[in-house]
Order: sequence, then structure tokens, then C-alpha cells
Amino acid sequence: MAAKYAYYPGCSLHSTGSEYDVSFRAVCEKLGIQIDEIKGWVCCGTSPAHCTSRLLSLALPYENLLLVERMGATDVVAPCASCFSRLKTAVHEAAEDPDIAGQIREVLDAPLPESVNVLSPLEIFNDGTPIAEAVTKQWPGLKVVCYYGCLLTRPSKVMQFDECEYPMAMDELLASLGIATLDWSYKTDCCGGALAVTRTDVVLKLTHDILEEAVAVGANAIAVACPLCHVNLDTRQTEVEQEYGTQYGLPVFYFTQLMGLAFGIPPAKLGLQKHFVSADALLSGVRED
Amino acid sequence: MEKEAGKMIQSCPTTQAQSQLAEAVLRESGQNVNLCYQCRKCAAGCPISYVMDYKPAQLIHAIRLGMDDLVLNSKTVWLCASCETCTTRCPQEVDVAKVMDAVKITALRRGVKPAIPQVASFYNAALANIKKCGRMYELGMIVGFKLRTFEFFKDVGLGMKMFRKGKLRMVPSLGGALTTLRIFRRVKNVEKKNRNA
Repeated sequence: MAAKYAYYPGCSLHSTGSEYDVSFRAVCEKLGIQIDEIKGWVCCGTSPAHCTSRLLSLALPYENLLLVERMGATDVVAPCASCFSRLKTAVHEAAEDPDIAGQIREVLDAPLPESVNVLSPLEIFNDGTPIAEAVTKQWPGLKVVCYYGCLLTRPSKVMQFDECEYPMAMDELLASLGIATLDWSYKTDCCGGALAVTRTDVVLKLTHDILEEAVAVGANAIAVACPLCHVNLDTRQTEVEQEYGTQYGLPVFYFTQLMGLAFGIPPAKLGLQKHFVSADALLSGVRED
Repeated sequence: MEKEAGKMIQSCPTTQAQSQLAEAVLRESGQNVNLCYQCRKCAAGCPISYVMDYKPAQLIHAIRLGMDDLVLNSKTVWLCASCETCTTRCPQEVDVAKVMDAVKITALRRGVKPAIPQVASFYNAALANIKKCGRMYELGMIVGFKLRTFEFFKDVGLGMKMFRKGKLRMVPSLGGALTTLRIFRRVKNVEKKNRNA
């Protein structure tokens, strides 16, 4: 039986991270995984909500979980690490604190769904899906560091996703496709997230540290699972180079794009042309048909 | 667990005389800062602490001492990137990131001017956008942010390039707008009712 999930793309996957959306859809199609986008989904509220109102930050995710329940689905997949974190936090807090659960019910005027599982794409692909069978292309020259960022694994008691300080889920997934991944110590270090808008200096410093370490261990690409990490590492990479007088030219892929490449999906259908740091030269150099 | 933390404050004689600010944080976030024994793991792991005026452990201590002015006017809480490293590593299971949120919420409620006004403006612009559009409409949010901060030329080149690459939408999708308007309104009402209760 083909796997089936409700799909919560979140705002970024409809705009700044649209490559993550198209590549995720393309990979699911290839693997026969059915994903149905939630009709009428709303923003999870992300940091601006939880920094200003706890109730708002929990009610917005729950509105989406109600929509999932009304679709008749029990599993919802949220590729954006921030959405994934906010949906899981809402479920965790409502379960821990009956008072806040009551307030969320009051706001949404509905009983809260009890049996909705919030999943990351990394979980659904590592769930016994026969991924290796779909591989048609080898990329032997790729040396990738997997950058998980903050919110996939933290806080561990809420996320319960992999080992919070040194996760391996993305490394294992890419390794099963024949893509080499490297050990490094910045897997879960923060890129500065939304401070890019307000305190760009902080984000340039943090992304500089991450890029330096990636190059130091010999990587020629970075894999990410978060649209905010991607914006900071890819779109601001030139700014980092200018600020610190360095030269990286390090392509940053969503891990779903690397899956697509291994499955032989054309780069244009994976949104690679939207990246600021082009991967063309790297890919033509490491490709083997 | 949050309930237990609350009980602990009442039953422990050494923490009975706790500051009003610590109580406000507890009410807002369920977090009992009196559990902190200053191991400073939160400060050591914080990627942003190098620009903070007070390290997370210092801020927690100031909350315990009831130093309202220092805490509510600190840059620390507005610079926090919510990366959750402190929360994950705290041996006393104090959710430090949640404490940061609770301090911001308390400062806003008491009408304290945010120490990093751009960050507060960013939150306001984003929330106004989500409320009206249902989903984040980046172009609209950025315009709203610039109108609030007067930083009209920041990141314009970057924005243009993102637009050319098809990374920004021209028009908002208003699918969930009625839903978010309703949720925002009702959240405000429920919060008001609980504060008066």
C-alpha cells in the first residue's frame, strides 16, 4: 500500500524556499508517496508569534492540525524545520498543560485533535521506503556536510527527533543513495535564523563560521532541511564572502534536491536554477552516468 | 511538569520570597527560574551571547533578584534567535528560550520600549501580515518592516535578486485570511479575560 500523508508546506515553501517544495513533491512522486496539501492552511506563526503571545503561537498550529483531522488524515508532513517545530511544540504543550489546551479550544471553538502525528520528510523517507531502488545516477565526487540547524532536533524533549547534538538521519539517507557525507562539528549550530532581517551582522558571523568549517573538512556542498538555513547560507553567501574577504562558492542543496539528482530527475525540475550559488560547475564535474 | 514547578515555588521556603518578575515569568511561561544554579551551560552554548549585554545565565539571575529595569531593558531577550540550545542543555530543565519569550511579552505588556526596536518592528510587521493575509506574504511584510524602521535601502539588492529568481510572490494568497483574523481576535479576547480573572 502506498504511503499517504497530509502535506503542510508552510509559507516559505510557497516563496523563498519554493525549491524545497518542488523537489519534495518530485521525490515523493518518484517514490510513490502520496502527499495531499492541506486546503486553507494558515501560517504557523513562527518566531513572531511565540515571542509575543504563547496562546497565538499554539492556536495557529492547532488550526492546521484541525484541518488535517478534517481531511481524515492522521499523519502530516512538514518539511520546513520551523513549521515542524511549531506544530510539534503545540501538540507537546497542549498535552502537558490542560489550562493552555482549554484556551486553545476556546480560541478555535473546537475539540483539539488527539491523534495527529507531525512528521519531517526525513522521517517518512527513513521509514522503510525502498529508496535505494529508485537510484539511477551516481554522483561520486560529491562530498556533502549535512546541516540540520536548530529546530529539527531541539528541544529534544519536544522534537524527539534523532540525537539532538549529533543527528545522523540526513547523513544516513544520503549515504543510502550513494552520496558521500562528511563528519563535522556544525551540524546543529545556529545560522541566526530570522535575525538576518534585523541584525544581519550576527547572521553573517554565524554563517561564516558554518561555511568555514564546511570547507575545512573538505566539503564541496552543504545539504539542508530548513528554508531559513538555506536563505542564510545560500542567498547571503556572497555577502559573507565580501564581509570576511573569503571565497567559498559552496552550493547549498535541500536534501530533497540531492535525492532527486540521485533519482535522475532533471535539475530544472528540482529548482536548482533558483539558487544564488550555482551548482552547475560542481555537478558537471562530479557526475557519472 | 509546569504545574510541579509552580507547586515547588509555594512549598520551598527559600523561594517563597521570590521576585514579582520571577512570578510574572512563571505565569507567562510555566518556567521556574529559581531552579537555576548558575552552571552557565546556557551562556556557554548560546551562539548569540557574544552580542548580548547580559548572558542568559546573568539574565536569569537578574530575574530572580527582581531587577526589573535591567531585565526588561536588556538587549539579550530581543537578540535571542530561539535556537533552543540553552533549553536543550539546561540540567535543571529550565526552558531558557521560553523565559526569553516571557520577558519580551512582559516588557511589551508593561509598555517598555524594546532595547532592539528593529526586532520588535519585525515581529509587528510579520504578525500584521499573517493576520491580514493568512500566510506570510514576504514582499508585504518587508514593506511593512521598512515603514516601521525607515531602513528603506537595506537588502534592496538582495530582494531584487530573489525576485528575479522567482523566490518572492507578487501577490499574497489570501486563502486563510478570514481564519487568521478570527484567531487573532479571539486570542486577544481570551488573553484579556484571563488577565482580568
